[in-house]
Amino acid sequence: MKARVHVMLKNGVLDPQGEAVRHALGALGFDGVEGVRQGKVIELDLAEGTSEAAVHDMCEKLLANTVIESYTVEMS
Amino acid sequence: MRAAVLVFPGSNCDRDMALALERAGADVSMVWHKETALPDGVDVVGVPGGFSYGDYLRCGAIAANSPICRSLAAHVERGGYAFGICNGFQVLTEMRLLPGALRRNAGLKYICRNVGLRVETRDSAFTSGYEVGQEISVPIAHHDGNYFVDPDTLNLLETSGRIAFRYTDNPNGSLGDIAGVLSENRRVLGMMPHPERASEPSQGGTDGAAFFDGLLGALAEA
Repeated sequence: MKARVHVMLKNGVLDPQGEAVRHALGALGFDGVEGVRQGKVIELDLAEGTSEAAVHDMCEKLLANTVIESYTVEMS
Repeated sequence: MRAAVLVFPGSNCDRDMALALERAGADVSMVWHKETALPDGVDVVGVPGGFSYGDYLRCGAIAANSPICRSLAAHVERGGYAFGICNGFQVLTEMRLLPGALRRNAGLKYICRNVGLRVETRDSAFTSGYEVGQEISVPIAHHDGNYFVDPDTLNLLETSGRIAFRYTDNPNGSLGDIAGVLSENRRVLGMMPHPERASEPSQGGTDGAAFFDGLLGALAEA
C-alpha cells in the first residue's frame, strides 16, 4: 500500500518561491495567475496494515514542520 | 568550562565554532551525530552551521532527529546551556527547543556578507558580553534564514525580552528583523549570523568574540 503526503506552507505564511513562479508566469505572458503556492509531495511505500494514523504521526514528527507547514494524507 | 560541538554529515562551521570557544577558554569536545551521549560534565552544547544531511527534507529536520539530539534535548531539559548558529538555529527550531521556523530568504538568494546586528538584551549568558543597543558587524551565510513565528508567540518573545539580536537592515525578510532568539529559560539561543566567523582579526572582524567571551564569563560565574 502507498500513502501520498502533500506538504504546503500554511495559508498566511508568505511563499517566496511561489511568488517568484507567479512573476515568471506573468513574464511569459500567462495572464490571470493570481497566486502560486509551491509545496512538496512525499510518496511512502508502506507495509500492509500501516494505519493512516501512523502516517499522520510521521507528518507531525518529521515530514512537515507544523509551525509553518500543513499537510494532507492520501492512502491508496 | 566544558563545551561540546555537535558534528553532522554536512556541518562546515564546526571547527570555527570550536576554535572560537577554545579562544575564549573552553575545553571543547567534538561529538559525532551518531553518539548517543554527550561527554560527562558538558556545560554548553554548540550546534554549528553548515548543511546537515544536505538540507534534505527541510534544513535541520533530519539532524533534529539524530541520536545525539536526543541527548541534547535531555541536556536542555535539565537546564543545560545550548546555542545554535545558522544551520544550528534551524536544528534547534526543528527540535522545538526554540520557537518559530526559518523559511527561504524573501529574495530567494543565498546571502553571504557581513550584516549589522543590534543587541536587544544582555540578560542571557550569550549576550552578556555586549551592551543593549550595541551594533555589531557579523557575517551571515544562508539561504533559509527568514524567521517566522506566529503572532502570539512573536508578542510573547517581544514582551519577555527573548529577542537577542535584530538586523539593522533586514537582509532576508525575517519577521520583526529578528536575527536571534532565546528560550523561555534564556539558556538556549539560536541565531542565523555567525559570531564564530568574526572572532579574531584574521577573519576580518572581531565583533563576534564578545559572544564567546561573555558566554564563558557568565558560565564561570554560574
